[in-house]
Amino acid sequence: MNGGAWLKRAWILVPIAAALVLTTLLLYAFGTSPEVAFRAIWDGVVGTPTGLVDFFTRPQGSTLKAIAFWIPLFLSSAGLLITFRAGLWNIGIEGQFILGALGATWIALSVQLPAPLQIPLEILAAMAGGALWAGLAALLKRWGVHEIFGGLALNNLAIILTNYLIAGPWQPPEGGSFRGTVPFRDEALLPLVGSTRFSLVALVLAAGAFTLVVLALQNSAWGLRLKALGRNPRSAFLLGVSSNREALLAMLFCGALAGMGGAVRVLSWFDSLRQSISGGIGYLALMVVILAAFRLAWTPIVSLFFAAVLSGSIVLQLRTQLHSSLGDILTGVMVLFVLLFGDLGRLRGLFRRKAKDDV
Amino acid sequence: MQVELQSISKRFGKIQANDKISLTLKAGRIYGILGENGAGKSTLMKILSGYQAADGGRILLDGALVHFRSPSDALAAGVGMLYQEPLDLPPFTVVENYLLGQPGGVRLPARRAARELEKLGAAYGFKVQPDEYIRGLSLGERQQLELLRLLSGGAQVLILDEPTTGISAKQKEILFGSMRRLAEKEGKTLILVSHKLDEVQELCNQAFVLRKGKLVGGAKVPCPNSKLVKLMFEELPPRRLRARSKTGTSVLELKNAVVRSPRLDLQPVKLTVGAGEVFGLAGLEGNGQELLLKACAGLHPLAAGRRLLSGADMTHLGYHASIARGIRYIAAGRLEEGLVAGLTLTEHMALVTEEPVFFVDWGSNRKRMAERIKRYQVVGTPDSLVEELSGGNQQRFLFGLLPDTLKLILMEHPTRGLDLRSTDWIWQQLNQRRKEGTAIIFISADLDEIVERSDRIAVFSGGRMSRIVEAAKTNVDELGHLIGGRQ
Repeated sequence: MNGGAWLKRAWILVPIAAALVLTTLLLYAFGTSPEVAFRAIWDGVVGTPTGLVDFFTRPQGSTLKAIAFWIPLFLSSAGLLITFRAGLWNIGIEGQFILGALGATWIALSVQLPAPLQIPLEILAAMAGGALWAGLAALLKRWGVHEIFGGLALNNLAIILTNYLIAGPWQPPEGGSFRGTVPFRDEALLPLVGSTRFSLVALVLAAGAFTLVVLALQNSAWGLRLKALGRNPRSAFLLGVSSNREALLAMLFCGALAGMGGAVRVLSWFDSLRQSISGGIGYLALMVVILAAFRLAWTPIVSLFFAAVLSGSIVLQLRTQLHSSLGDILTGVMVLFVLLFGDLGRLRGLFRRKAKDDV
Repeated sequence: MQVELQSISKRFGKIQANDKISLTLKAGRIYGILGENGAGKSTLMKILSGYQAADGGRILLDGALVHFRSPSDALAAGVGMLYQEPLDLPPFTVVENYLLGQPGGVRLPARRAARELEKLGAAYGFKVQPDEYIRGLSLGERQQLELLRLLSGGAQVLILDEPTTGISAKQKEILFGSMRRLAEKEGKTLILVSHKLDEVQELCNQAFVLRKGKLVGGAKVPCPNSKLVKLMFEELPPRRLRARSKTGTSVLELKNAVVRSPRLDLQPVKLTVGAGEVFGLAGLEGNGQELLLKACAGLHPLAAGRRLLSGADMTHLGYHASIARGIRYIAAGRLEEGLVAGLTLTEHMALVTEEPVFFVDWGSNRKRMAERIKRYQVVGTPDSLVEELSGGNQQRFLFGLLPDTLKLILMEHPTRGLDLRSTDWIWQQLNQRRKEGTAIIFISADLDEIVERSDRIAVFSGGRMSRIVEAAKTNVDELGHLIGGRQ
């Protein structure tokens, strides 16, 4: 590989560094030492391990907490890799995530089985819920509603549905506080490690799902059809790819993974269905995949980085007077910068055109 | 206003779109600019109307040198252009749209503008309803509004780019009437850019013909159509008299097929193409041959009539069902319609593989591709991205993707933009296929190609298919007549 190609590859670090610089400047502007702030985030992620046991079990601000936050985010991001490959803007992922949480809750509240049966059933219901919501968006698309608009509408419906269920049918017996359902039975929850919110089962699920995504996109005939569809729907059609069918399947697949993420969220991060159960994880996943430039290998890394910064920001808030949204600012600015000037080739083209216009 | 273009040149990459074109256009006359697609008509007119700058040459208006930086620059100097797609805003009302182009302050003088617009319209025989929404108007009405906007902006020179495409016969009559009026009574200079010989004959005082970026001649009109056709297409080459190959049983049959599109309705078509036959569809671009080809492929629905393949009805089958029955459609824009940029050759191969598989066997597909690359002489490797191939190689590769046996190949401009070697090679392939019994229907803007390669020819003009002529017996006069829309 020559120097130019390397520069093109390494260029992605420039917007990331720029985002760090901008955030640093912001910290100065608010009179906080950037060193203290970033140190706090760092400690929030890795903790200050005094021993191995402590490293794994520290309830606040441990590595495992970041990973527990990461798993649903990663599942959603993995699903989005499929829809983006097909050229679909699945903004509805947020709603699909929520429907997954609702599906898992429905089984958790209405079925009483031993854990080895209960938990798979909950997860299947969650996947079905996510797929249902994604399927609706795909159906709307076929009727001429762009998936972005259909998805946004369905996201709102999912939130309304959650609020209705919490205030109505799934209200705790002692009267509703509109906050959430009763905590689920222990058999209905994913087994956790120590006193963390981290579940090995969830990690295995995520690893399995990602393997499936990689296999589908790199080796399956279906993945190839999605790629063709995403790059050039007209040519793909003429080469015999049925856009309606493949788009529906891609949406269903993504919805199922997001739904699984929703299940992990209610069954391990929380222990019940809450209001705003997702907290924007779906939208976050969109940012992750965009920042990862839609690449398979980068997605776990970028999503882990997001999860780390966001969960580290909690410690930041405890230690400094800064609000934890610093993490959101950092990640948001990063995505923005990468979109703005992350692609060196595009950038050069822009400047060349500008230079030409000025003549 | 007198317009002088002096040795105007414009180059786009490898293509010399305008090559030292010099023209003088006098006030009070209507000029026709003729030429095939890609002859350089639009480029020249865009330069005159300030839409783009020339690489070289000068523009003089009434003897004074001008430089336009934008279309509004040009309009201020008196040159206005009516584009094929009107530059208006569908969600606006007529009067809002009109006001947008006017210099104005904070308060919009809507009522005054509405009166102005109505008066102006009445003067040219246009009915204007200021409160209608643009999106509710027909293309012809929108055109009329654009004309009014240009005229109120002070246009002395009016360029109309294919103004009759997609408007009704009645509107065309009104338009031509007002064009004559503008030239004869008001002394404006009018320029009609058109494919349609009959319109130029009917309306213009003089025609200029461009071919491959050069001005190749002009004529006072009316004149015989064949004179203009000769200028547009050069002479037909001496044909070796080749025996028409024996045509087999009917492969494709259209029974009074009616095809409709927003732009153009096809008159009912009756057509039978047999196995091993090459059928050429001629005509100037946009006269209906493209629609018919798509309808044959199942890419465009029939509004009435029937489509049969080897005697079996397939009127209501779409393209994918047609593929399964041995039909392939090969479009002209290879990277837009046909190949997927970003995919390798092997990935294309795997994509069109017919046996259903879950996991792609990359090894065997790569091997198959390597073999096809050799057989079809594609310059590339199985792992090349398709956009890295040259145009000729992309066309070869498209042939490499076709299955071994096919009933019908439908092809748009088989050799457009290809060099001689690739052109020859493509026709070798097609002739090989026809020997194996494949029927071939193709469109070409190149009359030579049509006459040289086809067994039979049909010519399209204004959505009507001509009688079918034998390629071996036709001549340029006959084709010229048919292209001009006469039977």
